Amino acid sequence: MPITVEIPTAFRRFTNGAPKIDCSATTIAEALNQLTTRFPDLSRHVRDEQGQIRQFLNVYLNEEDIRFLGGESCSVKEGDRVLLVPSIAGGC
Amino acid sequence: MSVHYELRCRECGKTWGNAPRSFCEDCFSPLEVSYDYDSLKKIVHRENLASRDFNMWRYSELLPLSEGFAGPNAVGGTPLVASRNLASRWSLKNLYFKNDAVCFPSLSFKDRVVATALAAARRFDFKTVGCSSTGNLANAVAAQAAQQGFDACVFIPADLEPAKVLNTAVYGARIVRINGNYDQVNRLCAQIADRFQWGLVNVNLRPYYSEGSKTHGYEIAEQLGWKLPDNVVVPMAGGSLIGKIAKAFKELVTLGWVEDKPVKFFGAQATGCSPISDGVKRNLSRFEPQKPDTIARSLAIGNPADGPYAIKLIRESGGWAEDVSDPEIVSAIKLLAETEGIFTETAGGVTVGVTQKLITQNRIKAGETTVVCITGNGLKTTDAIAAEFPATEAIAPRLEAFEALLDQQFAAAAGKGN
Repeated sequence: MPITVEIPTAFRRFTNGAPKIDCSATTIAEALNQLTTRFPDLSRHVRDEQGQIRQFLNVYLNEEDIRFLGGESCSVKEGDRVLLVPSIAGGC
Repeated sequence: MSVHYELRCRECGKTWGNAPRSFCEDCFSPLEVSYDYDSLKKIVHRENLASRDFNMWRYSELLPLSEGFAGPNAVGGTPLVASRNLASRWSLKNLYFKNDAVCFPSLSFKDRVVATALAAARRFDFKTVGCSSTGNLANAVAAQAAQQGFDACVFIPADLEPAKVLNTAVYGARIVRINGNYDQVNRLCAQIADRFQWGLVNVNLRPYYSEGSKTHGYEIAEQLGWKLPDNVVVPMAGGSLIGKIAKAFKELVTLGWVEDKPVKFFGAQATGCSPISDGVKRNLSRFEPQKPDTIARSLAIGNPADGPYAIKLIRESGGWAEDVSDPEIVSAIKLLAETEGIFTETAGGVTVGVTQKLITQNRIKAGETTVVCITGNGLKTTDAIAAEFPATEAIAPRLEAFEALLDQQFAAAAGKGN
């Protein structure tokens, strides 16, 4: 499925400045793997040593945190937007 | 005085100088202000404080402020109330309430964090400041921005308590209501901070902002006679405050201002939004985010930024975390008001309710010194308890009418006694 991954500014030095990356995937995991295959330097920032998505990296499918959608195995459909937000702040 | 602090990554330890950034660009973990304590020991001593006003700026050297910074307002310096009635009811000898319900200027502990955040905003030359907020923070940003001449733009969930919205609007701040919960507002703000050159106090200024919370901890120690308590009970939303109180205590020990001793940190959440207390109880290495559903709106953060650190601190200190239901929150608000004369908002109800639970569980013991952190004012969340107090019948302005009312009330009371 053609989807778009939106890249925050802090990540763009690893994506040659690109703010959005189009890819074709059926799950979030596939989309992230395509992203890190295409931009290998981004890999260690997306996943930790155990291969899990980094604790302070938040991944959203459209408006929803993927942890509410069953994690990175959740399916994506044509036109979906995946958003990466490093270390979300906020709160007291 | 040279600058004795800078940003440091909490995970990989890389330093980043001083700039409006909240995460490490190497490992994307959160940044925190770290200090050169050897330098601090030389430039400030506990005795220096005696001649200073009792507000948060008396600890200026321990905060990330520019050289020559003069506090523009009297934020902090709130009472540490020695409890008599509730202590007696709970059979505790040394119970205190740190009462930030009367913090200046906007009646919550958020005034402290906004004070240090706006000092940073000034330093980094931002003209517009803002925040994502569950209410109290928006109030604090709006009030202090008005005083200090910043434009303010705050982002809030659309269904926030009316009093909290009004308490922001009155200062002339621009309010952007978002159809979503706080976590969604927060995510949007991360994107806005990425796009616009604004000083969002709890996003790109977060490391400086959160340092303001330390003054709540410094004051507790100083008001106890430069001693640390045995237990602290702290409300948790994003999980930052509890860690900053711990940092404050640790710094005072490092500087030699208080004697070191073990302090147990207890975290308080509403059951309807309890990712951190759930993480503590289940000993999770990563908390599970939740969709908030509680009257404690100021604690309704389902994806707490500092959750992992709060869980670690609580468990390592030998403390615990608990949560209370909405009815328990309302009961606890009333209990604190009726026994100590302190009217707190729903977050304070959470903290008092959880304290009661911890005592029942024998995690807080009679002979220990316990400080309960009250972080906001009840006037902001009157909707949550209004149903408890239906309007009474009005009487004519005549003595006979009052006597009849008394008779009626005596009769009702006697009836209840039967």
